[in-house]
Amino acid sequence: FELISDEGYRFDGRKPSELRRVRCNMGVFTQADGSAYIEQGNTKVLAAIYGPHEASNNMRSRVCLDKCFINCEFSQAMFSSAERKKRSRGDRKGKDMSAHIKQTFEAAVRTQLYPRSQIDIYLQVLHSDGSLYCACVNAATLALIDAGIAMKDYVCACSASLTKETSLIDINHVEELAGCAEFSAAIMPKLDQIIYSELNGRIHQDELGQLVDAVTNGCKDIFAVIDRFEVITDNTEIAVSPRSLHS
Amino acid sequence: MAKVMLGESEKWFIIHGIQDDMRNDGRSCEDYRHIEVETGVVSNTHGSSRLRLGSSELLVGVKVELGSPDPKAPTEGLIHFHVDCSPNADPSFQGRGGEDLSANISCILTRIYCNKSSIDLNTLGIIPHKQCWVVHVDVLILECGGNLLDAVSVAVKAALHNTGVPNIQVTDGDEGTQEISLPDDPNDVKFINTINAPVLVTISKVGSRHVVDASAEEELCCNASLVMGVTKRGRTTGMRKMGGGSLDPESIPEMIGTGKNIGRQLHISLDKLLKTEQGMAEDIEKAGYL
Repeated sequence: FELISDEGYRFDGRKPSELRRVRCNMGVFTQADGSAYIEQGNTKVLAAIYGPHEASNNMRSRVCLDKCFINCEFSQAMFSSAERKKRSRGDRKGKDMSAHIKQTFEAAVRTQLYPRSQIDIYLQVLHSDGSLYCACVNAATLALIDAGIAMKDYVCACSASLTKETSLIDINHVEELAGCAEFSAAIMPKLDQIIYSELNGRIHQDELGQLVDAVTNGCKDIFAVIDRFEVITDNTEIAVSPRSLHS
Repeated sequence: MAKVMLGESEKWFIIHGIQDDMRNDGRSCEDYRHIEVETGVVSNTHGSSRLRLGSSELLVGVKVELGSPDPKAPTEGLIHFHVDCSPNADPSFQGRGGEDLSANISCILTRIYCNKSSIDLNTLGIIPHKQCWVVHVDVLILECGGNLLDAVSVAVKAALHNTGVPNIQVTDGDEGTQEISLPDDPNDVKFINTINAPVLVTISKVGSRHVVDASAEEELCCNASLVMGVTKRGRTTGMRKMGGGSLDPESIPEMIGTGKNIGRQLHISLDKLLKTEQGMAEDIEKAGYL
């Protein structure tokens, strides 16, 4: 099974440096303070933000005097993968993913502006087809913008894999299963800083530079797509003018 | 925060308004809020639906698997319901917080569907005593805006209507065993017949009147409600009283009558919508959350 055909196309017809189609929408829920929906190819993720608010009863112990703390929960719908899998909410993989996303946003959100409070990030995967972490981070960024929470910069995430000396950007489920090394990273595009990175698999040290460059370019492409999305410019305008009761 | 809190005066305002047949959003006591239903939104499943009722938002996915039938009913298939309350709806659903609500809703769904008249389970049997279809209905609650049970039941009916069970061929294999073969064409499916599938109607008692489709604020003003499963022909498949308050025995037949009428109308509208959707071209893009 070839990941790249002889003509240089991947099995879903993309070129190695091409992203999947990204479609997004903000303000999907009325009750959450901020919400967003993103589709990267077939990976569909919903993000909801509650906060900043006073720490809830069972998390009082995590309150910090000088900054807010971020609480993140990641869950996958049972019909999200091809095989129906009954996932309990607190399973290891979910907790692992929640911890990574929490760590990512603690670096990006201006937590010092919200002392003694809590920000909840809830992610729900409706359809999983690879690059779950990346889609979740992108959805959470949009939702945080929708909630009006101050951040240092956007956070865009992308994944890449290396095969036959070519980097493949934005890998899907089949490419993930192929067994090559998989590198995901979240960067702040304008500040050009990597705030989270994860490499699974084994690659040669000389190839690492190429992979990091590929992922950074992928993230900047995602930033270009998200930034062009009109709702963001509308949202930032609304922040300046008086908010209506039902927005 | 998603939790709705009402002050005393707000509660009395709602109760007095309902007594005059005027609810906060201008509806009468027997009106439903705007319902949006879309089927076939999740491609990984055999059937799915998305529903929006007021500010409640749900996603239902149906997957069918092969399994062995219950020894007490060897020719029938099985239906399992599972409800997942996403923390998106309310931060208190984080971790295991939503389990009580999930268990409650899935019990009610099981009760109204697992009787002879709702869905003919014999159509889901393959080889008696050995193989049958097991239908897993997974409900994902994304937002709670009051009246969850009605919303869940309508979404489940729409999703089951949209569910295509693969057409299986049973052939005689060696040594008297029977072999099953799945079709190659993914569109070679048989849709589940939901003509008798019930829909839940919740009638809440607020003050001295009863209202249908209580919003989140109205639910806080009501102590007792009656949930009933109603089929297309107006027959009741199950009934339960919820809430800590009490109901006057004389008012119960009236509530049941209202519930039956409303249930019938709900079925008519839903069936009309499902028929229109089926008639639409296959390549029309589903809006989903975009």
